[in-house]
Amino acid sequence: MWLARIRVMLKKGVLDPQGKAVLGALQTQGYKRVQEVRVGKYLEVRLHSMGRIEAEAEVEEMCRRLLSNPVIEEFSFELDELPESAER
Amino acid sequence: MKFAIVVFPGSNCDRDCFYAARDVIGQEAEFVWHTHRDLSGFDCVILPGGFSYGDYLRSGAIARFAPVMTEVERFARAGGPVLGICNGFQILLEAGLLPGAMLRNRDLQFRCEETFIRVETSRTPFTGLCREGQVLKVPIAHGEGNYFIDEAGLKDLEANRQIVFRYTDASGRVTPESNPNGSVSNIAGICNRQGNVVGLMPHPERSCEGMLGSADGRVIFESVVADLAGRGVARAANALMDRQTIHQVEKAAGGASGCR
Repeated sequence: MWLARIRVMLKKGVLDPQGKAVLGALQTQGYKRVQEVRVGKYLEVRLHSMGRIEAEAEVEEMCRRLLSNPVIEEFSFELDELPESAER
Repeated sequence: MKFAIVVFPGSNCDRDCFYAARDVIGQEAEFVWHTHRDLSGFDCVILPGGFSYGDYLRSGAIARFAPVMTEVERFARAGGPVLGICNGFQILLEAGLLPGAMLRNRDLQFRCEETFIRVETSRTPFTGLCREGQVLKVPIAHGEGNYFIDEAGLKDLEANRQIVFRYTDASGRVTPESNPNGSVSNIAGICNRQGNVVGLMPHPERSCEGMLGSADGRVIFESVVADLAGRGVARAANALMDRQTIHQVEKAAGGASGCR
């Protein structure tokens, strides 16, 4: 069993209205040293057992095709093997 | 002519589009459920507004994989007119049928208000009856309509005359104040290179009758009817020419071309 922890973020240079709003809220609350906030998405995907290379390729593909939009976003992920007892 | 109004789980402007097509401009219209795989018999496809699949992940991201979208792509590639309104526009972007992507509105607000949009080109089937520079009063209702494309992409759009509508003030001037969502270059709608696939955030189907505050949106639907009527004439002419060519070939072959 594999667990993919996927992060999807807006690319650098793409305006992040949510990040700007959160930045404003933090500064209003006195966190004057906060320079920038970027808001992204975090996803956990569990996959049935297969080879690591195969699992990586599959997660990569799903990130490209569905989980991120390459026009505005970039993604990264970590892949960890879970003990078989975690299999559902 | 016959409109296909595609219905996804979460579409909510499908009935307005149906009403605009059938009751306002007097054409045939039919709902097409997102699981259908057949668009034969339709002359124009509309992807209506709404919140397909709850807008989960990104607006339009899941809808683009609906079975009907394979057919919409085929229809579009064959030159058929496709109009994506609001969420329909977002779906066309996610499907790669139109370039660019949508971000959250600049001010994070869901904006539901009247806007003025200027027709930038009349080369598409949905703007053929418009005058370039004509200003239409058409409402918007969206939280994610902040159109984004990188600089190179924007240059391409401009060079290929793919910008169809821009947000302006009532007199047609592009100003920062008239941009409701932060879209690059005040873009409200674009088309593909061929011009047959058009997407826009404002809702022409909600401004088809005076009692709705504006009847300016009507011209979008009337344009495609006129365009298809024109194509029908061209098709008939082509068919006639084909028949004449066949006749000439048959004559040249001594009338034997029917025997194989």
